[in-house]
Amino acid sequence: MTETPSSLKKTPLNARHRALGARMVPFAGFDMPVEYSGVSDEHNAVRTCAGLFDVSHMGEIEIVGADALAAVQRISSNDASKLALGQAHYAALMTPQGTFVDDMLVYRLAADHFLLVVNASNIEKDFAWIREQVKPAGDAVAVNNSARYALLALQGPLAREVLQPLTGVDLAGMKYYWFATGEVAGVKTTVSRTGYTGEDGFEVFILPADAERVWDAILQAGAGAGVVPAGLGARDTLRLEASMRLYGNDIDETTTVLEADLGWIVGWKKDDFLGAAVLREQKANGVTRKIVGLEMIDRAIARHGYGVYEGDRAIGTVTSGTQTPFLKKSIGMAYVPIDRTEPGTEITIDVRGRRARARVVPLPFYKRPRS
Amino acid sequence: MYPADRKYTKDHEWVIIAGGEGKVGITDYAQKQLGDVVFLEFPDVGRQVKQGEVFGTIESVKAVSELFAPMSGTVTSVNTALTEKPETVNSDPHGAWMVVVKLSNPGEESELLNHEQYAGVAQ
Repeated sequence: MTETPSSLKKTPLNARHRALGARMVPFAGFDMPVEYSGVSDEHNAVRTCAGLFDVSHMGEIEIVGADALAAVQRISSNDASKLALGQAHYAALMTPQGTFVDDMLVYRLAADHFLLVVNASNIEKDFAWIREQVKPAGDAVAVNNSARYALLALQGPLAREVLQPLTGVDLAGMKYYWFATGEVAGVKTTVSRTGYTGEDGFEVFILPADAERVWDAILQAGAGAGVVPAGLGARDTLRLEASMRLYGNDIDETTTVLEADLGWIVGWKKDDFLGAAVLREQKANGVTRKIVGLEMIDRAIARHGYGVYEGDRAIGTVTSGTQTPFLKKSIGMAYVPIDRTEPGTEITIDVRGRRARARVVPLPFYKRPRS
Repeated sequence: MYPADRKYTKDHEWVIIAGGEGKVGITDYAQKQLGDVVFLEFPDVGRQVKQGEVFGTIESVKAVSELFAPMSGTVTSVNTALTEKPETVNSDPHGAWMVVVKLSNPGEESELLNHEQYAGVAQ
């Protein structure tokens, strides 16, 4: 067993991952499990049963104060005034250019208290940006509480029945993108019906000191049903099948929210927010390029950074791609000119010097069966 | 752990040498590092390969890697059944041969590792 390089941060579950024989990799400054039994096994377990992920590396930034709502409204693409207490939504953390500082989930903990869950790789950047941007909002302060939360994600069709016996929180009564506080395995938690896999599932916020207890309890409760620990590898293939964007791959500071085809996370009725002018202009006049789903026609796998071509002309870039374990298709996402975004359009991908044909397909690739 | 019937490269390929031909695959260590193999690309029969040169591609869910020829020669056979079931590389790495090469320079064998030497590399 290799030691964790000292420069890497550990989640509170590091010892558990090593004891389970996970393959560990550096990710966003953390020593993280990329797989336990294997990406395909874990991926298919989440689609057919459930998988438990340690996502404690994610960042938690809280905004508190009488003007907290105004502060969130300024930095977020979405309309936080629509959030009831106990409700969350997906949003972009905006640049003035209409692009992404990051993507995030915004939780309304109280009328004047919001929790932003952000990508691990962006915590420092986001926090610096948010602190700067909330100043004009008045009475609002941003706090980086990332080290004070451990976060578990139990994802899959059996997530609810595995978790319910461990908690008094009524999970069946919890709607998608709502959350509640309550005990899980005897410790204080916040449970939200959210996730990054395209399946039903829950994320559980806990104190770092309680992380092992809750992790063990869920795995034990789910063992008979086939619940397995799942790593970052499966998290990536699952989110791609569900066509959820990955920061740094599919979205970043050069892609606008509308180019990323995420118009549904823009609160168009809000007064003003960072990047609003750009997004309103693009909404009125249309974007020149947009993200699309693609499926390979030729036998090949498109990967992040591969060029998209039409004849000899470079027309775009692949942002994510893999051979997915559940659909068993070679899929990906790419930015292409707006006149090449129609499903059925044929494009070619430069796969390490060889041209391979692909076709534009509608997103998402995978949608879970509704029960 | 590593069969004694073949030779190995530091790049984690194996080659079984018999009758002037070499049968090539990748090691158990290599498949573990790659994770779930989902795609294989091999050269056409008749292609000349040089020792140490890229002769194909192997892709796991997460990443692309290159396959290096352990010895020089001409490709006489390609395991098309394996390209249809790439996961066999994970389940049976030392049985899952990829290509057979008619060796043009059998003396290259002396540059390869035996199973004990390779076991020292693969950790």
